Amino acid sequence: MTTPTPVPPARAQHASAQDTRLLEMRGITKLFPGVRALSDVNLTLRAGRVTALIGENGAGKSTLVKTMTGIYRPDGGDIRIDGAPVVFTAPAMAESAGITAIHQETVLFDELSVAENIFAGHAPTTRFGLIDRKAMLARAGALLRTLDAPFGPHTRLKDLSIGQRHLVAVARALSVEARVIIMDEPTAALSQKEADELFAIVERLKAQGRAILFISHKFEEVFRIADDYAVFRDGRSVGAGALADTDQAEIVRLMVGRPVEQTFPKLAVTPGELVLEVEDYAHPTEFDGVSFQLRRGEILGLYGLVGAGRSEFCQSLFGITRPSRGRLRIKGRDTVIRSPGDAIRAGLVYVPEERGRHGAVLAMPIVDNMTLATLPEVSRYGVISRAREFALARRYAERLDLRAASLSQPVGTLSGGNQQKIVISKWLATQPDIIILDEPSKGIDIGSKAAVHGFISELAAQGLAVIMISSELPEILGMSDRVLVMREGRPIHLYDRAGLTAETLVRAATGNTDSHPELAA
Amino acid sequence: MTLLNRLLKSREALLSVAGTALLGLIALRAPGFVAPGNLASVFTDTAILIILAIGQTAVILTRSIDLSVAANLALTGMAGAMLNAAHPEIPVPLLVLASAAMGMALGAVNGLLVWKVGLPSIVVTLGTLTIFRGSAFVLSGGEWVNTFQMSPAYLALPRETLLGLPMLAWLAVAVIGLAALGFARSPVGRALYAVGGNPVAAVYAGIDAGRTVFRAFCVSGLLAGLCGYLWVSRFAVAYVDIAAGFELDVIAACVIGGVSISGGVGSVAGAVLGALFLGVIKNALPVVGVSPFWQMSISGAIIIAAVLLNTRAERRKGRIILRHRATTGQEAGA
Repeated sequence: MTTPTPVPPARAQHASAQDTRLLEMRGITKLFPGVRALSDVNLTLRAGRVTALIGENGAGKSTLVKTMTGIYRPDGGDIRIDGAPVVFTAPAMAESAGITAIHQETVLFDELSVAENIFAGHAPTTRFGLIDRKAMLARAGALLRTLDAPFGPHTRLKDLSIGQRHLVAVARALSVEARVIIMDEPTAALSQKEADELFAIVERLKAQGRAILFISHKFEEVFRIADDYAVFRDGRSVGAGALADTDQAEIVRLMVGRPVEQTFPKLAVTPGELVLEVEDYAHPTEFDGVSFQLRRGEILGLYGLVGAGRSEFCQSLFGITRPSRGRLRIKGRDTVIRSPGDAIRAGLVYVPEERGRHGAVLAMPIVDNMTLATLPEVSRYGVISRAREFALARRYAERLDLRAASLSQPVGTLSGGNQQKIVISKWLATQPDIIILDEPSKGIDIGSKAAVHGFISELAAQGLAVIMISSELPEILGMSDRVLVMREGRPIHLYDRAGLTAETLVRAATGNTDSHPELAA
Repeated sequence: MTLLNRLLKSREALLSVAGTALLGLIALRAPGFVAPGNLASVFTDTAILIILAIGQTAVILTRSIDLSVAANLALTGMAGAMLNAAHPEIPVPLLVLASAAMGMALGAVNGLLVWKVGLPSIVVTLGTLTIFRGSAFVLSGGEWVNTFQMSPAYLALPRETLLGLPMLAWLAVAVIGLAALGFARSPVGRALYAVGGNPVAAVYAGIDAGRTVFRAFCVSGLLAGLCGYLWVSRFAVAYVDIAAGFELDVIAACVIGGVSISGGVGSVAGAVLGALFLGVIKNALPVVGVSPFWQMSISGAIIIAAVLLNTRAERRKGRIILRHRATTGQEAGA
């Protein structure tokens, strides 16, 4: 067998709509000590259709996926495949029943070849029980061809881009003849072009009669790729149906259980004095010729595709890397920043993109995290004063409406939105003039998102100059006073807020004149 | 109730309970062991291990490791003894300071190689471990510095008693106190935790991660140098192989004390308790009639048991996180 066998199409094509039900989960309940993670939830996946699973962080999406893939055993309810009840006691059982998950950060083996990755754990073997390399390479090659992959089975995984790794993960799913494919935030790390390629693959999988469960925070994607939806809130099913019969507002209402009037409460601010002047900043390999000026109260959006050099440029402003050329004036004074310490002293701070990796020290208590950048201020004679630390932490916890049982709690025990608040507090405590926010709302739920946006807007109103790197068009359009678009390390254009459309930005960022009309909405 | 919970969850408290239970068991067979005078002498006997474990904790907190401490101790101890033998007129406190400074310089070599050259600390200190011992050999030509060659004052300092405890014990107490304050309440100490807990986040907070690791190695070296003097004067002899393999006891003390090898977690109290735990076992086993050949196996078993307990504690923490997340999720939706 050299090609993946599609799901027998007979069922999908000739049966009535009722019978396209491939996987059904009914009344699923999952208890953890002291809490119901899932409470009587239902989910139906149909052959040849993409179902979007929507819900805020903590709504129970991941728990459901783990129940479907045999990692967790449900405490109640049943799972049926083609109408026959199944019980999974191990992930391998779910896989052999045709259910495969492609994970958020696709977990694969860097040092192995693409073929070895695809067949890791289920490689074809020879009579003697050894791995049949020839068969493996042939089957992997065939799978990659069906996906139009631009690389061969011999390629080492570490040489592939993140988008290409997704292809490998999909190929792996096909290699086990998956009938149900779960994609958990598959586009989180992808550029627009890579996401488009992924969607083309999804279409192909759909046409082969597979059922796809698509988990995403991005509504544009959901409406573009999915046919059906299921909304979870607090571990319960709160709505499901065909996307054609609903709209974004309705789904948001289901998700949050309350109407969201204003997602981007950007306050009108009259820009104040000039605080930051960047002139011809350049780096040997990452970016070139970046210049702009920033006033108090202004939010400058930095838009571009992933890899456009936005973060690299800002990291160099912040002193993590050194520019090869360029001048920097802060509050009218020529400034040279050699380290993040210099930047913080000059009144410039950077809230990095990935909180877990760059922002918070998860094992440390909330207080200690909040004062990490301001230790001299809370110290006396070089000894940290706990009283001062707690006073500072309490002040910001209140200001940002932090939800935590105690300030001595490790940050790792909090939700993503609350971790974000702590990271932001740490920087605000330094009382900066300029704050760089790198993807401030990435990976946080819609409720916390609104709070973070409201807060950013408030900061600007208080006279802070904000540079906001974001790949989310609604966020960029809704929050920025001006938008600098970067492409391949170069600044393309600096736009004013008035009359700016998503289409203009996408065009500038991709360099395509025939760009994505569906994004213009 | 929360205080009790916190106490039960803290590794230091668990270790104290385990240590007390151990002492109780020993007392059943050898009541004399738990007499205050004997406990004080166990503490004195463990003082060097305690001091080195504190230095090692600083290093391990930053996700590094210092395998060279015992070799550093041997080299500085040898250098100090030879200097004393050659120039008995140099005042002893100056020699102690010189030993500590020399130890710190050796630690700085480790630190610089890790910081500026970017080599993994395990490789660097594996190398310097051999270099330091080798240097001790070159320096002494393989000769011993014997008791009669060293000045009486040089040998007497750790034994002088104050309020019933020898200076060696008081020095350990002082190091414990200073380190406890420095680790928990100084910006440099806080940086150790930040760099070990999340090096990238530390950099974004304006903390120089490399310099922090360098400082940790300097502290470890400084304390190793101090212990070089203490060891030689306590045992009244200096030779190339003193404290051979002792670095493993030091690391074991840290691990038993709940200092996480993956960095960012641990405390001075934990390291001290871990060292004392090993010290009690080492001193008590002969008393209760366990063959010294069993001692190493027993110490090893205890290390594994301690790590097991620590990882179990981590896992329990994981479940609490889950519960907490789920509850906040419900609150958010309500």
